[in-house]
Amino acid sequence: MTQQNRLQSGGRIDRSKPLTFTYNGKQYKGFQGDTLASAMLANGVNVVSRSFKYSRPRGIVAAGAEEPNAILQLGATEATQVPNVRATQQELFNGLVSQSTNGWPNVDTDVMSVLGKVGGKMMPPGFYYKTFMFPESLWNTYESLIRKAAGMGRSPLENDPDSYDHINQHCDVMIVGAGPAGLAAALAAARSGARVILADEQSEFGGSLLSTTEKLDGKPASEWVSAVTEELRSYEDVMLLPRSTVNGYHDHNFVTIHERCTDHLSDIAPVNQARQRLHKVRAKWVVLATGAHERPLVYSNNDVPGCMVSGAVSTYINRYGVVPGNELVVTTTNDYGYQSALDWHDAGRKVVAVVDTRANPAGERVDAARQRGINVITGSAVIDVQGSKRVSGVSVAPISADGNKVSGSVTKLNTDTVATSGGWSPVIHLSSHTGSRPIWNDEIVGFVPGPTVQKQLTAGGINGSYNTNSVLSEGLEAGLKAVAEVGLNAAEVVLPKAEDVKEGASMTLFHIPHLKPTSQAPKQFVDYQTDVTAAGIELACREGFESIEHVKRYTAMGFGTDQGKLGNINGMAVAAKALNKTIPETGTTIFRPNYTPITFGAIAGRNCGELFDPKRYSAMQMWHVERGAKFEDVGQWKRPWYFPQAGENMQQSLDRECLAVRDSVGILDASTLGKIDIQGRDAREFLGRIYSNAWAKLAVGKCRYGLMCGEDGMVFDDGVSACLGDNHFLMTTTTGGAARVLEWLELYHQTEWPELEVYFNTVTDHWSTLTISGPNSRKLLAELTDYDLSNDNFSFMDWKQIKVAGVPARVFRISFTGELTFEINVQANYGTHVWEKLFEAGAKYNLTPYGTETMHILRAEKGFIIAGQDTDGSVHPFDLGMGWCVSNKKPFSYVGKRGMNRQDCVRDNRKQMVGLKTKDPKVVIPEGAQAVLDPNEPIPMKMVGHVTSSYWSANLGHSIAMGFVKGGLDKMGETVYYPLVDGTVIEAEICSPIFLDPKGERQNV
Amino acid sequence: MFHIYCPHCAEYREEEEFHAAGQAHIARPLDPEACSDKEWGEYMFFRKNPRGIHHELWVHAAGCRKFFNITRDTQSYEIKEVYKIGEKPSVVAE
Repeated sequence: MTQQNRLQSGGRIDRSKPLTFTYNGKQYKGFQGDTLASAMLANGVNVVSRSFKYSRPRGIVAAGAEEPNAILQLGATEATQVPNVRATQQELFNGLVSQSTNGWPNVDTDVMSVLGKVGGKMMPPGFYYKTFMFPESLWNTYESLIRKAAGMGRSPLENDPDSYDHINQHCDVMIVGAGPAGLAAALAAARSGARVILADEQSEFGGSLLSTTEKLDGKPASEWVSAVTEELRSYEDVMLLPRSTVNGYHDHNFVTIHERCTDHLSDIAPVNQARQRLHKVRAKWVVLATGAHERPLVYSNNDVPGCMVSGAVSTYINRYGVVPGNELVVTTTNDYGYQSALDWHDAGRKVVAVVDTRANPAGERVDAARQRGINVITGSAVIDVQGSKRVSGVSVAPISADGNKVSGSVTKLNTDTVATSGGWSPVIHLSSHTGSRPIWNDEIVGFVPGPTVQKQLTAGGINGSYNTNSVLSEGLEAGLKAVAEVGLNAAEVVLPKAEDVKEGASMTLFHIPHLKPTSQAPKQFVDYQTDVTAAGIELACREGFESIEHVKRYTAMGFGTDQGKLGNINGMAVAAKALNKTIPETGTTIFRPNYTPITFGAIAGRNCGELFDPKRYSAMQMWHVERGAKFEDVGQWKRPWYFPQAGENMQQSLDRECLAVRDSVGILDASTLGKIDIQGRDAREFLGRIYSNAWAKLAVGKCRYGLMCGEDGMVFDDGVSACLGDNHFLMTTTTGGAARVLEWLELYHQTEWPELEVYFNTVTDHWSTLTISGPNSRKLLAELTDYDLSNDNFSFMDWKQIKVAGVPARVFRISFTGELTFEINVQANYGTHVWEKLFEAGAKYNLTPYGTETMHILRAEKGFIIAGQDTDGSVHPFDLGMGWCVSNKKPFSYVGKRGMNRQDCVRDNRKQMVGLKTKDPKVVIPEGAQAVLDPNEPIPMKMVGHVTSSYWSANLGHSIAMGFVKGGLDKMGETVYYPLVDGTVIEAEICSPIFLDPKGERQNV
Repeated sequence: MFHIYCPHCAEYREEEEFHAAGQAHIARPLDPEACSDKEWGEYMFFRKNPRGIHHELWVHAAGCRKFFNITRDTQSYEIKEVYKIGEKPSVVAE
């Protein structure tokens, strides 16, 4: 293919470096320095997409972030697929593979367009909602078909091979945009010694100066750009970030920058390089120099490929050496529109006419056009366009001075390109991100940034300043202001001078009238990406949507990935006119992050895969892994779930582990239990205030179980605390609750009882906890210690400081299984040593490792609760049948006491914890099953409780369950029913939750 | 993302080191038993939701673990001041 639209010379492309790329399976050539869009235009590619709703062919309209149509799918392989890439922002590289995302079978021949043509009038805003409302059950089916027709790109089916980085940055001055204003601001700040970050979304700094023919100090503007960039590069404290879009401006001057490090090089990042980075910048001052987007005019068939915004036409010619057509008609309301005609003419191609809505335009660019012999038609506008996959001609007609109607006869002109300019819209997106409401400025016919609480300055196009000299001086001023604010002395900067161009006044006009009323005229597009027309907005207003936010939601205006960068102001203008209001009265919509779409990779950074969430392991982790343990997540901890042996299924493993503990001895890695060291003169008093039971008399050397409640009286954690010394306690918490409990203690100490002298510290990771449990546990431990372990010397609920396997250990005689148990705590790095010594000695006792599941079964056999499984924040100790753990004698009204005496907490018929024995002993009730008293009651049945814990007990030979039943403690022996989703009903008898050894004889031997 | 000055560490830190712990200056009644259910319910559950100046309790959870107070504008998200437990705010709603 030849690049038929490429100029022989000019532009910032490198003609000595040809590149090959693919679009929709066809190979094309471009040059180094091209964007994908400029290379497509050079090759005469007209259709780049099919529109969202009507499947109309669409072409490239703009040259930057505001592009609504050229949204392509990139990627040479499945793993490197990237959806929603704007061709106007994607730099060309050799081997780039791109695809249009909609159109079936392809964008050139699209079956759906028939629907768009025939059904155009039948598809008003709200069409899908109105049409596919019934039956409701089919909406999901409709939706998937509609989505397929709309075509929005697709995510890859394979893992992304690239890596992405997050970087935190700090600076004095963050400058957004490296056009003339941004560069001037950066120069001022850098010379004054400030720490500066200058970010620009393009590959090169310079902004509008890269595509202008304007001169600075009589020399090409790009020379000044190079000199300034060179100087900035020489400062140590200046960070220059090209290819970096500032996509979010957040509270407290927090700015996020999406840097594309290698997207311009290849499909996949070179080895050891991150593809993209997300910079998180905390800036003292932010200078927004984001420029302006040119606003297209709204006229009939303004979406036919070949219709472009005027400035983009100049950019393609001047920066990329591409004239995107053969003949040009310009339709404009202002002087800027003339520039594309001048550039087009100077590139040697034919300008058919400049059609100006103003009756008497006067300005230097108008004169320049006339001097070149360009046909200038005044008081007129392009009201309609002919052509389908490319413009073939335009209809030009005189319009009234107020721009509201066509006032004369139509002339047809042949052309293949239409450049349009309705003025400029300042790029105020970032200033809106922090909640600042933009303000309408009649003079510049656009919104400018409103008042803000951020430390924000603005300069250049964002303020509605479009004259190069004023843009430069605003930039300088902002830079110096920022420097002064951060307390530095301003350095001297002399700005270059641009030639002053005399400009005529612009006409305020958005929507070009047609011979027919808007509702009957050929479609006049406002928002290309979401197919919103002027007629659609008028209809929305007629249907009663008066707020611009409602119009937006009803029509979908601005809901595309471009956030309506081109269309929003036009849409507001159309709505304002329909509602007979001014634009500021109609209101504006608020832009939100991100400014342009950002990849999920950049958002995730390295926090994915293995690094998604920290994993915590006990010191014995490797031993567990080597024994083939299955693991379960408890908070961030990986805990052994069970230890299957060859040929066992899960239930068989659990049965074996359960029997081993009750018959001989088992061992559990309990290191993950939260451990909080509590010291201080008032430690004991503090425990008494925070736990529901009494702590005043717990002697040194003793342990006690405690329940912790909220102020509402509801249980939220439990555990055993040991008295290590008069002023020293060790509290244990649930594995998942450790951090919450520590903060709870700190909260009460710091905010309510600061007079208590008490200190808390987490020691969870300091200790390995090895729990040996079963009738042979004493014999086993005796093999590793000389200490007298007899019941007389070391009784139940004692703890001792002894040596185990030659290592200092705190051994607690507490039990969560109901068996004789020793909980051996050793310094974490001795854990594996002691664990292995226990196994050496334990072979003759069939020492069996067990995991969390067996622990759950064994404790359920004893009716012990697990906070978080058997409690849900709505049960107090009495509901759990644990009134024995509540003290009414304590002088201080401890946390939870008042709460559990509230009227609702002491009423009858609360849900209470009971045991459940199924009528069929083999049936295990599913956890979560709902209890009813009458299984034959029609739905909705009256539910009286639910099952919280349920297991098969190998020791007992039947299933066991715990759960809540209304008034359950008074219903012993009665029957409840559990209807399941499959229609079956499980019958169970209410019983004590203590299924085994109700007197506690086994643990107390 | 807030940038929060911890009055105990005497440094600005990122919001991710902190978390909010609700409205500040909710004192636990000194004699809970003397409270009616209504009074106790108000202490436990009823909180302000102002548009504008709000006093909040925060904790430097991944830092010094200390609680402190913030006066914050809920509309603009500006942090007007930080002050320690036991101190009074100097910025208050009109």
